[in-house]
Amino acid sequence: MFDIERRQAGLSGLMRGMVAIRTLPKIATGIAGFDDLSRGGLPRGRTTLIKGGPGSGKTVFALQCLVNAARKRRERGLFVAFEESSRQILANAATFDWGLPALMKGKLFFLDARLSPEVVHSGEFDLSGMLAMLKAKKDELGATWIVFDGIDVLLTLLRDPAAEMREIYRIRDWLAANELSAIITAKTEGGLSDAVNYDFMQFMVDCVVRLARRLEHGISLHRLQITKYRGSDFRAGEFPVSFGDSGMEVAPPEPAEIRHHASTERVSAGFERLDKMLGGGLFRGSSTLVTGLPGTSKTTLAGKFAQAACRRGERTLFVSFDEGAEPILRNLASVGVQLKPYLKSGLLRMYSARTESTGAEDHLAKLKSLIRDCRPRCMVIDPLSAIAKAGGLDAARAVASRLIYMVKDEGITVFITAINAGDDPSTEATDLQVSTIADTWIHLSYLIRSGERNRALTIIKSRGTGHSNQVRELILGATGPVLADVYSAGGEVLMGTLRWEKEDEERGKTLQRHADFDRKRRELQASEADTRARIKGMQNELERQRSELAKYSSDNEARVVSSSERKKELRRIRSADPAKRGNGG
Amino acid sequence: MGANRRLKLRLYVAGGAPNSVRAIANLAAICKEHLQSRFTLEIVDVLQFPLRALADGILVTPSLAKLSPAPAAKIVGNLSNRSNVLQALGITP
Repeated sequence: MFDIERRQAGLSGLMRGMVAIRTLPKIATGIAGFDDLSRGGLPRGRTTLIKGGPGSGKTVFALQCLVNAARKRRERGLFVAFEESSRQILANAATFDWGLPALMKGKLFFLDARLSPEVVHSGEFDLSGMLAMLKAKKDELGATWIVFDGIDVLLTLLRDPAAEMREIYRIRDWLAANELSAIITAKTEGGLSDAVNYDFMQFMVDCVVRLARRLEHGISLHRLQITKYRGSDFRAGEFPVSFGDSGMEVAPPEPAEIRHHASTERVSAGFERLDKMLGGGLFRGSSTLVTGLPGTSKTTLAGKFAQAACRRGERTLFVSFDEGAEPILRNLASVGVQLKPYLKSGLLRMYSARTESTGAEDHLAKLKSLIRDCRPRCMVIDPLSAIAKAGGLDAARAVASRLIYMVKDEGITVFITAINAGDDPSTEATDLQVSTIADTWIHLSYLIRSGERNRALTIIKSRGTGHSNQVRELILGATGPVLADVYSAGGEVLMGTLRWEKEDEERGKTLQRHADFDRKRRELQASEADTRARIKGMQNELERQRSELAKYSSDNEARVVSSSERKKELRRIRSADPAKRGNGG
Repeated sequence: MGANRRLKLRLYVAGGAPNSVRAIANLAAICKEHLQSRFTLEIVDVLQFPLRALADGILVTPSLAKLSPAPAAKIVGNLSNRSNVLQALGITP
């Protein structure tokens, strides 16, 4: 039902998009996610307003559009910077892999349009001269794009609302006459000018994109929203923005259509006993969630999974939050899980990040680029729950589910650990609510009996698999984790010493059973021999009786023969003719 | 400044734009009143020589540049605030 509705919504959206494409040519911005939200990018030959508070990413958005146009379509552009010096902008852009200095040779032109504070103001001025210069530069370069970055700063210098309005109209007319695709950025919150909030500013442009930056739990979260797109359909709503190596990315909501290939190939979850419990292992490309309190060996299981993957010769990415690669390798080695050789050979790649340092979105962007670089077949995220610390919980939840979808889209078999809040099975669900998305969910818990704390492993779910419902005891030895049978006695699960006792008892019982069986077998053998003997005797008896019977029969026959011979003899003696006696009478 | 030094000025205008026309008139009045003939003035029409203006670091019009004597100065606007202009040019009325 839901599927059908969604598909219909998608179809009508597509049709609206097609109509829009026919009437409104668009240019793909190349900003991941944005071209989906805007159904194709920014309007060609028209003006887009990017508004937002300080540090919300306006300049990055504008510059990235220009850079992508230059790199992907060899389009040229002008960048007019009213607020920052071109040197500052270039320094900021150097953190991205745009190769901006090379583009500045003939592809992009930067105009440092800040008025020096030493300039004396005397009466009104206008932009007619500047626009004439930009026109000349545009013609010289063959530019099709222009960015006015920080127009609020320029408008403030005009010191007169009427003049601000006049110059905005001047820019609009100039843009229309020159058929440039334009991006105007303006600071709205905390900005000095009211002009950019005027309705006419939004009215004169064809597309308005609002960027916002909010602080949540000390971490800044970026958001993007298209608030207006004349003549075009677009996706309404606020979407998370992240900044990765290739610049800004807008995260579309979870894909409406899930197109993960369902593999029937099984890969090892780490060790044989666990694979057996899972009905043969994990499905290739599936996601596994391991939950449990701290110290329940989640990382050890993850390490075993990674080791098994490397043993198969599969490239593996091990992502750890809040713990460095070195201590993880050391701790895993202490329980017999050796990963160092694979790290050295390059088959295994480890990445450690501190969750508090950046927002969840940025972690996602980083992981995306790591996956692009490393192209892993298997991946570990340990623990995913740590990203809940990176900003708000809602954001972290969205990131967690997007991360899992992204990994699955790539066909990567992923093993995720998460610390859950309590040890009560009813609260096994983690804060991130990923347990519903995960294909397999393994829960590790402590069971305390007779003064011992023992680790227990349960498979809560495993899609498409006849998995074991039993609880197993997880024992960490020097050669790696082992799963031991668990005894239930009177409804209680027995572990540790109690299990040993039970096992001893069971062993004793088994010995007794063996002895009993042996005895019984011997008894039976004896009885069988006895019966056989009896059968033999009876067979002999039977034989004797048979031969007696045979002898008796032949004697009788002889007697019958002799008696009939005697009768014939008697008739012959009496000269009787028995054949004619009846007729002649 | 000494009366023996000639003031070298350059005014950038945008054709017949109102502010530019006003700037020319205002500057002419200032020069006539305070400088008599002790100045040279070049007027550059940005609409005709945009790339030159760009190279000269001009952003908005009208803009007046005092090229010499040092210190150099730049004034933007239609020059309607006369005391500002005189101060920037170093002219004591």
